[in-house]
Amino acid sequence: MATLFGSGIKRREDPRLITGSGTFTDDIKLPGLTFAAMVRSPYAHATIRKIDTAAAAQAPGVIAVITGKDIAGKVGPVPCAFNVPNCDLKLPPHPALATNKVRYVGDAVAMIVATSRAAARDAVDLVDVDYDPLPATVDPEKAVQPGTAQLHDEVPGNVAFTWHVAGGDADQAFAQAAVKVSLRIVQQRLLPTAMEPRSAVASYNKATGQLTLWATSQNPHIHRFLTSVTLGLPEHKIRVISPDVGGGFGSKIPGYADEFLVAYAAMTLGRSVKWTEDRSENYTVTTHGRDHVEYVEMCGTGDGTITGLRTKIHAGLGAYASTAAPGVPTILHGLMYSGAYTIPNVKGTVIGAYTNTTPVDAYRGAGRPEATYLIERLVDCYARRIGMDPALVRRKNLIPADKMPYTVATGITYDSGDYHAALDKAMELIDYRGFRERQEKARKDGHYLGIGVSSYTEICGLGPSQVAGQIGFGGGLYESAIVRVYPTGMVRAYIGTRPHGQGEETTFAQIVADEFGVPIENVEIVAGDTESTPQGWGTYGSRTTAVGGAALKNAAVKVKEKAKKLAAHLLEANEADLEWHDGKFQVKGSPAQAKAFGELALMANVAWNMPAGMEPGLEASAFFDPTNFVFPYGTHIATVDVDLETGEVTVLRYVCVDDCGPHINPMIVEGQVHGGVIQGVGEALQEIAVYSDDGQLMTGTMMDYAVPKASQMPTIESHFTYTPTPVNPLGVKGIGEAGTIGSVPCIVNAVVDALAPLGITHIDKPLTPARVWAAIQQAKGGAR
Amino acid sequence: MKRSIALSVNGVSHSVEVEPRALLAQVLRDDLNLTGTHIGCDTSQCGACTIHLNGRATKSCTVLAVQAEGAEITTIEGLAKNGALHPLQNAFWEKHGLQCGFCTPGMIMSAADLLASNGSPSDEQIRHAIEGNLCRCTGYQNIVAAIKSAASA
Ligand code: FES
Ligand code: FES
Repeated sequence: MATLFGSGIKRREDPRLITGSGTFTDDIKLPGLTFAAMVRSPYAHATIRKIDTAAAAQAPGVIAVITGKDIAGKVGPVPCAFNVPNCDLKLPPHPALATNKVRYVGDAVAMIVATSRAAARDAVDLVDVDYDPLPATVDPEKAVQPGTAQLHDEVPGNVAFTWHVAGGDADQAFAQAAVKVSLRIVQQRLLPTAMEPRSAVASYNKATGQLTLWATSQNPHIHRFLTSVTLGLPEHKIRVISPDVGGGFGSKIPGYADEFLVAYAAMTLGRSVKWTEDRSENYTVTTHGRDHVEYVEMCGTGDGTITGLRTKIHAGLGAYASTAAPGVPTILHGLMYSGAYTIPNVKGTVIGAYTNTTPVDAYRGAGRPEATYLIERLVDCYARRIGMDPALVRRKNLIPADKMPYTVATGITYDSGDYHAALDKAMELIDYRGFRERQEKARKDGHYLGIGVSSYTEICGLGPSQVAGQIGFGGGLYESAIVRVYPTGMVRAYIGTRPHGQGEETTFAQIVADEFGVPIENVEIVAGDTESTPQGWGTYGSRTTAVGGAALKNAAVKVKEKAKKLAAHLLEANEADLEWHDGKFQVKGSPAQAKAFGELALMANVAWNMPAGMEPGLEASAFFDPTNFVFPYGTHIATVDVDLETGEVTVLRYVCVDDCGPHINPMIVEGQVHGGVIQGVGEALQEIAVYSDDGQLMTGTMMDYAVPKASQMPTIESHFTYTPTPVNPLGVKGIGEAGTIGSVPCIVNAVVDALAPLGITHIDKPLTPARVWAAIQQAKGGAR
Repeated sequence: MKRSIALSVNGVSHSVEVEPRALLAQVLRDDLNLTGTHIGCDTSQCGACTIHLNGRATKSCTVLAVQAEGAEITTIEGLAKNGALHPLQNAFWEKHGLQCGFCTPGMIMSAADLLASNGSPSDEQIRHAIEGNLCRCTGYQNIVAAIKSAASA
């Protein structure tokens, strides 16, 4: 039988999703279901004088109005689970319902439970909250200046943490360097915008004490754990089900007050409760991404060798520290300061700031896009300064393949890769030299074309659990799987991760079907229900296949090893004399003596004739804890045309060469690249979450937040190189975030390259026509 | 306060008691249990709720259920005929035109409207036609490919 590994077969998720037969959380219906709606602060910062719930409680259909007083000692605080060490991290309490003070627009002060969605929503308006508004602070740099509004008594100066990273001697490198370039970069706040809003449904059986919580979750086991901690409910009495999930991009990792409150309401009211946010609510309460103000610099020799990088980063955390928030701008960011290069000296300081805004947490790439962006922008500035082509500067500084595995200045070790091969391939595909010539000509005609290169590597496949402990991550980072073979030879495999668009129901079935030599139709992958799936840590950090896939592979191998022993027994042969061929164990040299996988499944499950000491049944579980992260990499190159009159940017071509090791399903890998790149193009060209100075989210609906549309986006030319990692048995690296990481600087570099003749060296993203136009006007004015 | 309305959905007649302010999208989902129609926004931007109302693609979150009184409605659940997938459903499957699948029902319903009026759209026409349908996962490329391939099927 042909192997399925490497084959772009159609996805097994799709038949239900294309027919409207998927089950998303808001689709769940239960007998006697009630509906919750949250009363949220319209102020970014205010003390609460009084909450009057009387009118709401009397409203038709209202079952309960719950305030912070009602839940005191029963719910929360909402936990942060990434306690980054050695940075003086301050984690002030995050009440599930505010009682004294609200700290961002959207902070919840009460919950209504009613017999219908509409009744709950109506009653929200009847809760009378008397606020005393306070001055607000929204910018991560300004928030830590003296005299600014203070969010938390426990956090003087709003400084959540000050984190340092260093390797080599950056100060000395800068002191001795011939060339230094520096930039102030704003990495704007983004709205993750999973198309499915968050939702939770809870039901509680008072007699058994069993809570069932359906939730839009990328990591149901983490949600089970957090729910247990927050509600004080024993973990084994909680079942979290994450059914079909409509995208997450990081925003469905955290534990939110909403889910905990819904669970609490179900427990106390004895009714099942559903809550689903609408999009405006999603934009104000579901975590945001990025939000950095950065001062960054690079130094090097006059002939193109980069010798040092220094940063000072102001990272906004929003009003409270969300579940993984402290780890994002620190561990997942600063450790990558060498990028894809041999930069020997790096030094960085990251100052986390509480601001009167929605909490910020992981968003596709989480820390690594920010690192790659600042490095890749600096490389271009440095190249410009020394008059060398930016692609050649990259070639000169990329880590050579023969140095792999390579330990960078920050102390982490890149597993594998041929970075030059990806760069060369991308340059050839886009005809780099030819474009430079055309650009030259076009410039003479007053036409501004640009080409931008970005060579990235990123840390993913999170990660060894021992490292998780060292970096303060409040959980493990292994994965697990159970492979269960039924008497008829059909297989169900239970996994600890929760794919939500990435296609592992298909790719994981490919792994199992290959291992057993059975048709893929005989294999079912089960995810998302903590009742049946083994402990896992979730789908994020491009870890599902690299870690979870490896666990599954190992479980399947264990099953097969047992099947082999049984086959040897039944064939009265030596195990060593058996070989696996076309779905059977057969005796070497006499293929007629054979036991097919299906037959072994039956014999193991009926257990009529087992070898001495062998347990009945045919199943195995495996836990896989990797020895290192994995480091996918690549080079993206874009060409753009900038209209000098309007500031409009048109992407002419987008070529990317990514390396995530071998592909289990090439069609799915390419789909991940497409989606990731377009999210990055959105970040580079149009997406920005804007707060007014008094803390109102000005981009609070899809009318104002520019999610990329089909008509605005380029076609991507996606290519690959294939370098397996030694870190896991499949050789695979993550690809979920790489596209976003590679694309953002690539687009910005191309636009700045186009405008180089005007003396423009940097424009902060998003490069909207207004911003580009303003930069052009300023440059023209300056030149005059 | 509730009013009774008659709807024909996917060829089946229904009489439903609805609040005058209830949106068609909510009634389809909550009252008729046709949860394939999704709700992704509150400003009529995302298109996840797209259905066919009297044969034309319509965002069902922009229509009050009472306005649909007497209308012929097709939802994603009604697109496959006699157990055979609609060519667009096949094409989305074939071309990997979906990832999380949340936008997909609306996307397919919009695309069906396009193909009804334009049998061989260009990439640009396709991208323009699905402008009112947001997808955060796919980057649109394989959606365009799927619609194109359905057109030539
Ligand atoms: S839900 Fe109708 S357009 Fe978004
Ligand atoms: S497939 Fe997820 S939003 Fe389109």
